[in-house]
Amino acid sequence: MTEALDILGTASLWAAVLRIATPLIFGTLGVLICERAGVLNLGIEGIMTLGAMVAWMTVYQGGDLWLGLFAAALCGAAFGLLHALLTVPLGLSQHVTGLGITLFASSLTYFVFRLSLPVSSSPPTIIPFQPLAIPGLSDFPFLGVALFSQTAPTYLAIALTGVVAYVLARTPLGLAVRMAGENPHAVEAQGLSPIGIRIGAIVAGSAIMALGGAFLTTATFNSFFPTMVQGRGWVCIALVVFASWRPGRALLGALLFALFDAYQLRLQHVVSEAIPYQLFLMVPYVLSIVALIIMSRRARVPQALMVPYRRGER
Amino acid sequence: MRLERRAHVPLSVVILAPVAAVVAALALSGVLIAIAGAAPLEAYAKMLTGAFGTRLSISETLTRTTPLILTGLAAAVAFRARLWNIGGEGQFYVGALVAAWLGHGVLAGLPGPIAIPALMLAGMLAGGLLLLGPVALRLRYGVDEVVTTLLLNFIVILFVSMMIEGPLKDPLAFGWPQSVPVGSELMLPKLLPGTRLHIGLLVAIAAGVLIWMLQARTVFGMESRAAGLNPRAAAFAGVSLPRTLIAVACLSGGLAGLAGAIEVAGLKGYVTTDLSPGYGYSGIVVAMLAALHPVGVIATALFVAIVFVGADSMSRALGVPSFIADVIVSISLLTMLVSLLFTSYRVRR
Repeated sequence: MTEALDILGTASLWAAVLRIATPLIFGTLGVLICERAGVLNLGIEGIMTLGAMVAWMTVYQGGDLWLGLFAAALCGAAFGLLHALLTVPLGLSQHVTGLGITLFASSLTYFVFRLSLPVSSSPPTIIPFQPLAIPGLSDFPFLGVALFSQTAPTYLAIALTGVVAYVLARTPLGLAVRMAGENPHAVEAQGLSPIGIRIGAIVAGSAIMALGGAFLTTATFNSFFPTMVQGRGWVCIALVVFASWRPGRALLGALLFALFDAYQLRLQHVVSEAIPYQLFLMVPYVLSIVALIIMSRRARVPQALMVPYRRGER
Repeated sequence: MRLERRAHVPLSVVILAPVAAVVAALALSGVLIAIAGAAPLEAYAKMLTGAFGTRLSISETLTRTTPLILTGLAAAVAFRARLWNIGGEGQFYVGALVAAWLGHGVLAGLPGPIAIPALMLAGMLAGGLLLLGPVALRLRYGVDEVVTTLLLNFIVILFVSMMIEGPLKDPLAFGWPQSVPVGSELMLPKLLPGTRLHIGLLVAIAAGVLIWMLQARTVFGMESRAAGLNPRAAAFAGVSLPRTLIAVACLSGGLAGLAGAIEVAGLKGYVTTDLSPGYGYSGIVVAMLAALHPVGVIATALFVAIVFVGADSMSRALGVPSFIADVIVSISLLTMLVSLLFTSYRVRR
C-alpha cells in the first residue's frame, strides 16, 4: 500500500503528467474552439491520427521537427475545412460527417504511410523533441524534473491555453465566435457572417487537434504506428464537456486526467501480478465516462451547438 | 429557378443517390490508386474479379457481407430514431464473447437446433444490454451517447482481451490469446460445402426483411421514426421517448451483438481481439449508404464486402496498399451525405 502512495512523491510521475497531458490539451482546445462556435467535430480522432503521421513523415524525410508540427497543423486545417464545408454551408449531420472525417482521415493516413514505407518488423524512428533545459529552473530539486524539463511543445500547449482563453473571453473575435455558438442570428444582425466565423473556428480548431497527434510521434514516441491515437480524440470530446467549455478548466481537466493515467501506469508495476493489466488500461475511458456523468447536467452547453445555421430560417 | 425541398422523393432518385455517391467515391479514390502507380480502372477490374472471380472468392465476399448486414442494420435502426449508436464495435464483441463463453459452457453438448438459437439470443441480449447503459445515461443525466458508446468500444475490447488471457483462455492454443472453442454442435451449418460461408448470411438477410416490416407496418416502427424526426412533436402525440429509445437500443445493440455471436459460431468458434476488422464502424457506412433502409442495407453491405475482399486481392496483384478499401468506404460515406442532401431538393423553374 505504501508503495502505491510512494509513487505520488516521485518527480518522474509529475513529469509524465505534463507529457501525457500535452496531446490532450491540444485536442481539448481544438474541440473547444469548434464547439464554442456551435459545431461538434467528431473528426478529431482521425485528424489526430493524420497529424501524428504527417509530422513524423516530415521529420523522417529530413524536415525539421517544427516544420513537422507545421505540416501537421496544415493538414489538420485542410480536413477541418472539409468538415466545415459539409456541416456549415451544407448543414449536414455533424455526428455522421464527423465520423466520416475520422474514418477518411485515418484510412488516408494508413494508406499514405503504407505507400511511403514498406512493411518492416521494427518501425523506423526519428530523433524526437528533447527536454528543454531552462537555465536555473531545470536544476531546481524535484520541481526542476517535474515541471521544467519538458519538451518545447508542452510549453506551447500551456501557452496556447492562455491565448485561447484570452481571445475567446476578451477580444471581438472571441465574442463573435461565442456568439456564433450561442445565437448565430445575432451575429448576422451585427453584420457579420456566422457561416464564415464557424468555418474559421473549425479550421483553427482542427489545426490545433492535429498538433496533439503530432506531439505523439515527435515527442512522446519516435515512430508512427496505426491506431496509436487510441481514442484520445474521444477523450478530448468528453474533457470539453467536463471543462464546461472553458479553456482554463480544460487544461485542468487534461492535467487531472493525465495524473490518473500516469499513476495507473506506475501502479501497474507495483501490483502487476494481482490485477490484470487490461483493467488499468480501461481507467482513462472509464474516467471519461464518469466525468461526463458528473458534468453533463451542470455544464453550460453553447446554445446553438449542433444546430445548423440557415440564413432567414428560425 | 430555385431549390425547394421535395415532399416526396421518388424511388428512382432514392436509388440514384447511393449510386452517384459510390461513383464519386471511386473516382476520388482512383486518384490515390494512380498515385500508387496503378491504373485505376485496371485496379477496379481486379477488385471485381477478386471478389467474384471464383467460387471461393464469392463465398468469401458473402461471408464478409454477413456481419456487415447486421452491424449496418444496428446503425440504421438506431439512427432512424436519432439514437447515435457508434458502439456497434463494442456490442459486436460482447455478443461474440458471451457466445463463446456460453458455447463452451452451459450450451455445449446440447443439440444444435436448440443450442444455436439460444447462442444467438444470448449474443443479442448482451449487445442490447451494453447499449442500454449509454441510453440510460442520456435519459437520466443528459450524457451524449456518441461519446459514451465510442468510449465503451475501447473498454469492451480490453475486457475481451482480459477474458481471453484469463478465465476463458484456451490452454491448447500455444499461448495465443484466444477463447476456448465452442462445442462442435454449436458451429453453424455451412451453406456451400468446402467454403467458410455459413447460414449466418440467411439469418442476416431475414433480419433485414423483418426489420423492414417492423418499421413499415408496426406502431413501434412509426414511433421510432417519429422520435427521430421530431421528438417534441412525438411526445405531444403520446409517444414515450424513453420507452421508444430503450426499445430501439435493445434492437440496435441486439443486432450488433448477434453479428458477434454469428461470427464466432459461423467461422472459427472462438474469440480473438481481431475478430472484427471494424465491422461496427463499417456498419455506420453501410447504413448511411442505404439511407437507413433495412433492405437497402443488404445491398450496401454487399458493396462494402466487395470493396474489402476485392482490395485484398487487388493489393496482392498491383501493390496498391489494401488500405485503399477503407479510403473508398469512408469517402463514399461523405459523398453519400452530400448526395442525400441533393436528392432531397429539386429545381423548380
